[in-house]
Amino acid sequence: MSLSGMIEQERFTCAIGALQSVVAIPRAVPILHSGPGCGEMIAGFFERSTGYAGGTTSPCTNFTEKEVVFGGINRLRDIIRNTYKVLDTDLQVVLTGCTAGIVGDDVDSLVSEFAEEGKPIVSVETAGFKANNYEAHSLVVNAIIDQYVDLFVAENAPRSSKNTVNLLASIPYQDPFWKGNLFEYKRLLAGLGLKANILFGPYSGGVKEWQTIPTANFNILVSPWYGKPIADHLKTKYGQEYTWFRHVPIGANETEAFLYQVLDFALTQGAEIDEKAARAFIQHESKAYYEEIDNLATFLLEFRYGLPNHVHILHDAGYVVGLSRFLLHEVGIVPKEQFITDATPEKFQEDIRAELKATSQKREIPVYFEPDAGRAQEILRGIHHNGRGLIIGSGWDKELAKEKNYDFLSAAVPSPYRLVMTTNYVGFTGGLRVIEDIYHLVLSTYA
Amino acid sequence: MSKVNLSFPEVQIREIRINSITGYQGDAQELVEASYSGLKDKERTFSQCLGCATSKAACMTVLIQDAAVISHGPVGCASCLHEFAFTYRVNSPLRGVVKPTPRRIFSTNLKEKDTVYGGMTKLANTIREVYERTRANAIFVLTTCAAGIIGDDVESVCDEAEEELGIPVVAIFCEGFRSKVWTTGFDAAYHGIARKLIQPPRQRRDDMINVINFWGSDVFAEWFAAFGAKPNYITPYSTVNGLKYASEAAATVQACSTLGSYLGAVLEQEFGVPEIPAAPPYGIAQTDRWFRALGKVLGKEEIAENLIAEKKRKYLPKIEALREKLSGKTAYVTAGAAHGHALLDILGELGLKTVGAAIFHHDPVYDSGRKENDQLAQRVSDYGNVPNFNVCNKQEFELVNALNRIRPDVLLARHGGMTLWGAKLGIPSLLVGDEHYSMGYEGLVNYGERLLEVIENDEFVKNLEKHAINPYTQWWLNQPPHYFLKGGTGV
Repeated sequence: MSLSGMIEQERFTCAIGALQSVVAIPRAVPILHSGPGCGEMIAGFFERSTGYAGGTTSPCTNFTEKEVVFGGINRLRDIIRNTYKVLDTDLQVVLTGCTAGIVGDDVDSLVSEFAEEGKPIVSVETAGFKANNYEAHSLVVNAIIDQYVDLFVAENAPRSSKNTVNLLASIPYQDPFWKGNLFEYKRLLAGLGLKANILFGPYSGGVKEWQTIPTANFNILVSPWYGKPIADHLKTKYGQEYTWFRHVPIGANETEAFLYQVLDFALTQGAEIDEKAARAFIQHESKAYYEEIDNLATFLLEFRYGLPNHVHILHDAGYVVGLSRFLLHEVGIVPKEQFITDATPEKFQEDIRAELKATSQKREIPVYFEPDAGRAQEILRGIHHNGRGLIIGSGWDKELAKEKNYDFLSAAVPSPYRLVMTTNYVGFTGGLRVIEDIYHLVLSTYA
Repeated sequence: MSKVNLSFPEVQIREIRINSITGYQGDAQELVEASYSGLKDKERTFSQCLGCATSKAACMTVLIQDAAVISHGPVGCASCLHEFAFTYRVNSPLRGVVKPTPRRIFSTNLKEKDTVYGGMTKLANTIREVYERTRANAIFVLTTCAAGIIGDDVESVCDEAEEELGIPVVAIFCEGFRSKVWTTGFDAAYHGIARKLIQPPRQRRDDMINVINFWGSDVFAEWFAAFGAKPNYITPYSTVNGLKYASEAAATVQACSTLGSYLGAVLEQEFGVPEIPAAPPYGIAQTDRWFRALGKVLGKEEIAENLIAEKKRKYLPKIEALREKLSGKTAYVTAGAAHGHALLDILGELGLKTVGAAIFHHDPVYDSGRKENDQLAQRVSDYGNVPNFNVCNKQEFELVNALNRIRPDVLLARHGGMTLWGAKLGIPSLLVGDEHYSMGYEGLVNYGERLLEVIENDEFVKNLEKHAINPYTQWWLNQPPHYFLKGGTGV
């Protein structure tokens, strides 16, 4: 971190960025009680992220001087009331920006007026100076649980469904592969005999699925640190235990570890699982994966015109650890200095270092926790290793890769140089896709 | 004429300075007439995410080649600025930038405790660290809502840093809530640039003409060459030095009066650079006027006449051929103010029937105070009135409503996100990002060809229409578009 705490080349945004977690819920709408530019900043950061009613569709009070001086609550009342007339939505989440936060509008009371009329509406404080979007994702999800999901708890008794789980993993849009990843988790967990509520994206069941959150027998947290407040909250609220896998499982080793961890946990929680079938599923997936690796190995070993031999990753902690492990063990690309750009709170950093250390008995993988990615780039600019290098990062890193004559894979936001729709990096198939992406770009440098 | 006053750190906002408005429903002629007789703004009781001054100030500073930009606020207030880094990179070949350099964009990353104790120390430290890291030739500091409300004295911090570092450190006051018209952000950037960067002229150069513009293609070089001059593109792709001596140019022209209104006036009133008294050259009539005005300001009227004649000889037959193909097609325009008017000119010239427009805001009189710069007035007198003229403040719900009932043959847009709704309704939609593309006589040919192509290639939008997702209620689509505008039935 720099002395001032400044950030160059942002790779995450402020709390109100968690409006994208609302956009990711089918037919939900974020309503912004904020300055006029907040929505544009978030839409511009994530790009191609408007979903059903995000971007310029989202209602917003667009604070002016008048609201700053006199408060904006009456304006918000009008906007909410008219949202019901103009937009056809299943869930409304009011998010506040810095302006509302500083002037101190009582949004909760106003929103509860609408809730008392039976509207599916939730409010959450997301002033940009209070938190970043990694943290605010949990604020948004917990607010929806407390103010919406909990209204349906009578019909959805806690832990009443033995084989249902809530999956807390990719943060929508902040993880560019969130849609594909969540779908792949769902598919893999179904292979074990579990029905996963993935809560976001087209393969979730929208607000109906959210209503069943309490029924889950237990929860699965896949994250280095973010999202943990949701798992903790659900544990307190509905008595759901959770199993915590601390990085993104990419490729066979980590996906197997993840699935066996979940399987063991499910059995201790009394899930009704055919253990033999579940193990057979994992083995079958793994076999299919290794058929590809087996076939590819000759290329990796013999391609004589140069392939990257080392990698620097600038990403959140989950991807840095997950990709480092995968690339070292399953592809043969050595992770050198790594940069975690997600503003990991200090209390989690030691565990993340340990995870990275456990990646190899033979080598140290130096890691920097550096939300000021401009500084991360400065460090990287001064590092030299022999051989062809690869940088995996956000669009910001493309120019640095060019400068260093490295290959570059865009896999983090902001991502102006790459389109991602439903690609997954999670799982066996995700590992294969990472391989395809890396060597596609390597091979495209020829001719 | 608006009063430029560079002694204040903050620019006067547009709605006060030039009486700009963000809500209107009627036709273009009424609006033009009302513009000179005390136009009143109207509010809405429903609104969607807008856009704010800070990113507009950013796009006029981030692309200055050797400068660094600091957003003084929470991290979110700089989060879309990477788009300008991309733009800079992608468009640099258009401006002959051989070695594009990484854009240097920072946030002071204000936290909750800063909103309590103030963020000035943090800003001072950031400026110092940014200078150490970038050795930029100038640093711009953009303010945000949070910084504005907590009352940080950004001007003093910048002045002190300027003294310490020996480079211009320019405070730009562009908090989102300050103005309802986000284009105030352009004015704010220019105000800061004029106060801290532009120097009094050492000489008057008759070989240099300022072009206030975004990042479009270099069409002016060829035009100005005939007059023995070169364009000085400001402010994107300029350098700190290039900006300093913009004061020495022979004249200033604008690519878009919404963008450059204030800077044009500043250069004229404070530094003696005349702004040419003509709206930008869109459509034949306006292009004629523009070249003549330019020739007059440069004292080279004959060259202007020759150029006009030569260009017309070359392009009029092509324009005529396009007119035949396009005539009678109906078109709808949605765009920021002046460029929207430019698109209306082009449509008029190419013989399309304009059936409506959703223009983001309206500046009744530009800062120059000259009626000759009023592009909408020119449009109405050159090509006739525009019905269904809506000043929409970029409100998507109004656009969707209007498009759904008007159903033009083609939608022309000039802002990200707005073409989507044309396409969802099965209407061929065109966005040309390069605002220079359709300028001049040749621009009509360029644009006309693109229009034909877009109208012809409608399979994509017809298919999209069948599967389009629509979050708007049927009730809303049945109301008049100005239902929530003051004076409308729903207020």
